[in-house]
Amino acid sequence: MISTNLLALFYLISGVLFILALRGLSSPETSRQGNFFGILGMSIAVVVTFLSIGNFSTSFVYVIVFLLIGGSIGAMIAFKIPMTAMPELVAGFHSLVGLAAVFVAISAFLNPEAFNLGNSGNIKLASLIEMSIGAAVGAITFSGSIIAFLKLRGIMSGAPITFPGQHILNLIILISIIGLTYFLCTKQSSNLFWTLILISFLVGVLLIIPIGGADMPVVISMLNSYSGWAAAGIGFTLENTALIITGALVGSSGAILSYIMCKGMNRSFFSVILGGFGGTDQVSKSNNKEQKPVKSGNSDDAAFLMKNASSVIIVPGYGMAVAQAQHALREMVDTLKKNGIKVSYAIHPVAGRMPGHMNVLLAEANVPYDEVFELEEINNDFANCDVAYVIGANDVTNPVAKTDPQSPIYGMPILDVEKAKSVLFVKRSLSPGYAGVDNDLFYRENTLMLFADAKKMTEDIIKSF
Amino acid sequence: MEIDPFVFRLSIFILSIFVGYYVVWSVTPSLHTPLMSVTNAISSVIIVGAIIAALAGNDNNIFNQSSVFGFLAITLAAVNIFGGFLVTQRMLAMYKKKKK
Repeated sequence: MISTNLLALFYLISGVLFILALRGLSSPETSRQGNFFGILGMSIAVVVTFLSIGNFSTSFVYVIVFLLIGGSIGAMIAFKIPMTAMPELVAGFHSLVGLAAVFVAISAFLNPEAFNLGNSGNIKLASLIEMSIGAAVGAITFSGSIIAFLKLRGIMSGAPITFPGQHILNLIILISIIGLTYFLCTKQSSNLFWTLILISFLVGVLLIIPIGGADMPVVISMLNSYSGWAAAGIGFTLENTALIITGALVGSSGAILSYIMCKGMNRSFFSVILGGFGGTDQVSKSNNKEQKPVKSGNSDDAAFLMKNASSVIIVPGYGMAVAQAQHALREMVDTLKKNGIKVSYAIHPVAGRMPGHMNVLLAEANVPYDEVFELEEINNDFANCDVAYVIGANDVTNPVAKTDPQSPIYGMPILDVEKAKSVLFVKRSLSPGYAGVDNDLFYRENTLMLFADAKKMTEDIIKSF
Repeated sequence: MEIDPFVFRLSIFILSIFVGYYVVWSVTPSLHTPLMSVTNAISSVIIVGAIIAALAGNDNNIFNQSSVFGFLAITLAAVNIFGGFLVTQRMLAMYKKKKK
């Protein structure tokens, strides 16, 4: 058995290792080492917790058994999951952190003696408040992530679900949570604690259902942040430094990602939370059904254009992920590079369904990361490039964002694809993107539409070379 | 008068938020997905609370009301720890530089 002070020092070391884990992610070279630091920090935290108990009773065996059961499920998922399913996997993992936080809060409430928080029915006030915050935020994270998971997985429609009085209902619930916490602190009744948790589950659902598919990057980042705050709340209850440090790190990390995602869409955080974006009303408004001329071509035309180009920029989007076209795409690029054509990739911050989604898919297809560029790095190069190959992206290339103040996406930073000499736009139809806005680019003189599935078209182009 | 230990923990919390803020801004955007999966894995350090809760029972009554929640939380957090770190490892292994 080790002393409380020594224990706290070890938790501090874990916390520092977690900071180094995130620090490692500043570049791909150091990232693997960073992940190792994370694993080391976690192992230290778990081992010293065992040592601090000292009471190696039969329960200890069960702890190991449950740890291994959970661990093998996790390892199996980690090895089996296809990279295209990363967004829903991350959402699913968030829900587990949230639920674990709720469970820990419940056991602390039922058995406060084990955590030195006072006696049952007479828990220290501060601990009770921290516990309630941890449980409530954990419950919101859990149910919110479940909804996000269902939407990303396609089990639930990605369309926003709104109903009259939604915001007022949310407000009432929020006030009732604060009220419940207050009464819980004065009365210490377990019924109030259960009600608090149930209501928080409801909040999580209500919070996420009005948010549309295109806003998922924000939602995932936001839930990431919540899971951190829940962990921090529990950390305060358990007086555990490792949890407090980690909670703060994860909380701020998720908040920054949400901010970056909102900026990438030029939307305020609140408008995303209030939801409804990408609903059917916008589609009907923007669809004036005027027939504009569209040039469409086949794989031979595309192959001809690209072969005669000296530089090509690829613009991937969510459609590439859906069609699993990343491997075919890399093959196509290999052929181009063999012919001495310069190829680079342009990634919009909100391309895909989560931050960095496209980068992971390209990395999976063995695209070197130094050929992949962010919006600011590459946007000026479109003017000098011969062909822009847009595969599965739509709204992030729409020039309307710069020209039409009426448009819902006005002000969103876009990739200046229209400045390329020719634009090849792979898409299944002329339907508008998730924002429900018609893309002006389809009707440009220099645009050639390639109507097909992203993967099939890319494979056909390889054959046509 | 002594300082309440809560104030110390609050200081650690606030300072960690600042550390997190600066560290996360330095993360390259291409690694944002691994960032999410690794933050997810490390937030499962909540398992230490679950272990304490689970071991609070005695030998005659291993699965009492509160330790059952502890065991459940251990399982969930373990899924996350192993799943989170391994999937991050898998992703990071794919990021390669151009062959010279």
